[in-house]
Amino acid sequence: MSKPVVATAHFTGCFGCHMSILDIDERILDLVELVEFNKSPINDIKNFTKPVDIGIIEGGISNDENAEILMEFRKHCKILVAIGACALTGGVPSMRNLVPLKECLEEAYLNGPTVKSENTGIIPNDPDIPVLLDKVYPCHEVVKIDYFLPGCPPTADTIWNALVALLKGEPLNLDYELIKYD
Amino acid sequence: MTHHYREQIKNIANKYGNDRGYLMNIARDIVKELGYISEEVVADLADVLNIPMVQVRDMVSFYSFFPRKTLGKNVIRVCNAVIERMKGADEVSKAFEKALGVSFGETTKDNLFTLLHTSCIGLSDQAPGALINNVPLTNLKPTDIPQIINDIKSGKNVSDLPQSRVLLNLKKEGEVICAPMESGKAIRNALNMKPEEVIGEINKSRLRGRGGAGFPTAMKWDFCRKQKSSVRYLICNADEGEPGTFKDRVILTEYPDLVFEGMTIAGYAIGAKEGIMYLRGEYAYLLDNLEKVLAKRRHLGLLGEHICGREDFSFDIRIQLGAGAYVCGEESALIESLEGKRGAPRDRPPFPVQKGYKNEPTSVNNVETLCCAARILEKGGEWFSKIGTKDSTGTKMLSVSGDCEHPGVYEVEYGITIENLLELVGAKNTQAVQVGGASGKCVAPKDFGRRISFEDLPTGGSIMIFSKNRDLLEYMYQFVEFFVEESCGWCVPCRAGTTLLEKKLRQILDGKGTAQSLAELRRIAQTIKLMSRCGLGQTSANPVLTTIYDFADLYAERIKEEDGKLMTFDLQKAMKVGIEASGRIKEGVK
Ligand SMILES: Cc1cc2nc3c(=O)[nH]c(=O)nc-3n(C[C@H](O)[C@H](O)[C@H](O)COP(=O)(O)O)c2cc1C
Ligand code: SF4
Ligand code: SF4
Ligand code: FES
Repeated sequence: MSKPVVATAHFTGCFGCHMSILDIDERILDLVELVEFNKSPINDIKNFTKPVDIGIIEGGISNDENAEILMEFRKHCKILVAIGACALTGGVPSMRNLVPLKECLEEAYLNGPTVKSENTGIIPNDPDIPVLLDKVYPCHEVVKIDYFLPGCPPTADTIWNALVALLKGEPLNLDYELIKYD
Repeated sequence: MTHHYREQIKNIANKYGNDRGYLMNIARDIVKELGYISEEVVADLADVLNIPMVQVRDMVSFYSFFPRKTLGKNVIRVCNAVIERMKGADEVSKAFEKALGVSFGETTKDNLFTLLHTSCIGLSDQAPGALINNVPLTNLKPTDIPQIINDIKSGKNVSDLPQSRVLLNLKKEGEVICAPMESGKAIRNALNMKPEEVIGEINKSRLRGRGGAGFPTAMKWDFCRKQKSSVRYLICNADEGEPGTFKDRVILTEYPDLVFEGMTIAGYAIGAKEGIMYLRGEYAYLLDNLEKVLAKRRHLGLLGEHICGREDFSFDIRIQLGAGAYVCGEESALIESLEGKRGAPRDRPPFPVQKGYKNEPTSVNNVETLCCAARILEKGGEWFSKIGTKDSTGTKMLSVSGDCEHPGVYEVEYGITIENLLELVGAKNTQAVQVGGASGKCVAPKDFGRRISFEDLPTGGSIMIFSKNRDLLEYMYQFVEFFVEESCGWCVPCRAGTTLLEKKLRQILDGKGTAQSLAELRRIAQTIKLMSRCGLGQTSANPVLTTIYDFADLYAERIKEEDGKLMTFDLQKAMKVGIEASGRIKEGVK
């Protein structure tokens, strides 16, 4: 029997959630036994090569590239799990939602104190750079998300337990300490 | 800091004995003289009354009738509640915008006009309506508007306009409220009994409150009377804010004596010396006449010291105007408002009968309930108990509006079926009937055999009829909008929940909802109902909850399924600002 396929993606976050995945320590050996990785920053596979069972998402959606890849994930993955505050709510990056994007860009590139002299700034417009969206969206406002794991980041135990439960088709029992955040 | 208007503020406050309990009245008078209540005025007023500034700001910021910015000389409030919009209020609104050259919420450059929207003003039977400088105009047509504006500009009084006509629209007179009366007879009957016996007579009638909750009136009075205290209050709830309700308007216009008679009897029964009528601000135009009736009754010895010559019974009534907040119809919010505070409901217990106005035992009764009480003392509890059904004795004043030939007020016996009612009012081709206003139930044709009564379909009086050619769910959405506006903001399930409900419903109505959105809609609605702190929140999801079950097809029609991609997310739209700001061209993006 072929192993279940897992893919992961990093959008607008700090990579902390991926670090937390790696934080499962020696269980990473079990993981490799348990699943096969497809598109993921962990193995640097750039494109989907087969249907995926579980997609794991870190980070919110702040530009067109994020949104397109997230939609790709939705298309290729049977189950999508959003992990971490950024994916679930927009998190720290979404603090920019309080300021209109135009003002943000103007402050950063045209009027801010680090712009050397007047009229020399330019808002980056290279076609290779993704276009910023009007605000940072949580993933579930862009595609349907099946499961959410809160935390900043969710602990390695939380991620591990959730993944094992999903793979085994068992109910997920997380200790109170793993989901209590205050 | 002193300002030129400080003297004015001082004088107004003085008029009310510098009593912070009269803050509503003081604020109202200030608005009348200065036009609005600025931060400076708030500071001055707090100083004059010697209370913290936040108490003043907290109160005035709550009510829609206390503007914080300067408004134009003439303030136009166009009602855009559900029934109005069925009857063409949107076109009337546009005509106002066109005639004045400003949008809603704005003031004309010459400071002559401010244009605002308002919720139901109790004129749904003659919609579309508007209040200009608190004077009601009815049955407006878009073509009337330019002339109205010109007339006001040329100095004409609003009350002299041809549209300034409130029709009584009393379509069916019953034997309880609308029967002829002899002022003082019921009071004299009551005074011949002990207060306990008066309560006993009400008990015999099995009268239940007409304001919505249907609490047995005798029990309420008895609780109030039995509280240990030397001071008690009687409050008549004339806030009538439920969209589509206007029966109290008709009662207060046509039968004010009956209301005051009932208040006096209630005062005697519970042992109160002071009665207060809380009249919704939108009904300010009824005030003059009500005051006249009060004066007449004082003159006749039916109010004031030693009523009907009785040494041991004195009772008087004052009228307090509200300032445009629906939640103030809820009895504990009403009491807060009476005490000059923001109208946020109180925690209960203690109930108002235990600790109400000024923390003294208080009975709050609806206008119609008090009328019934007067009639019961005139004709006997026995007589009353024979009208209506077993658990709903007497008659009910219904305010009927929407798609029917004869909108207006009908006094009907409790127990009438929806079917018979529709026939009575000339409604054909009916898709649904909203019973009980925005907070009520949307009743489908399969249930038109059900009866208006506490045991089946209770209503404070609002009956709105929707014919088959109406987009029913759009009107349910407008009800939700109403609650978003009127939530007092105290508790999260109501404050945030109503907004979430509004967004989710909009998404579905726009054809962007999936099966999951529908499940979420239901879950939000149930949470609001279950977790809200007061009746406003607890009932706010009713239009959605009842239609989800009884008009499931209307929702199902709009639900789409699209392999997990959400239709609410519009990538092109989300990219627009970013592309414009950087001035770059991106393929496929307009
Ligand atoms: C949001 C809300 C609005 C209300 N509005 C009114 C109203 O306009 N008039 C009224 O008589 N009762 C209103 N009520 C009911 C009152 O709280 C109270 O039950 C009623 O005035 C008691 O009088 P009754 O026993 O004669 O019915 C409202 C309740 C809620 C929760
Ligand atoms: S949730 Fe926390 S750890 Fe995860 S990407 Fe966001 S900021 Fe980093
Ligand atoms: S339910 Fe709504 S109106 Fe009632 S207390 Fe809560 S926020 Fe205020
Ligand atoms: S007056 Fe506008 S809906 Fe009642």
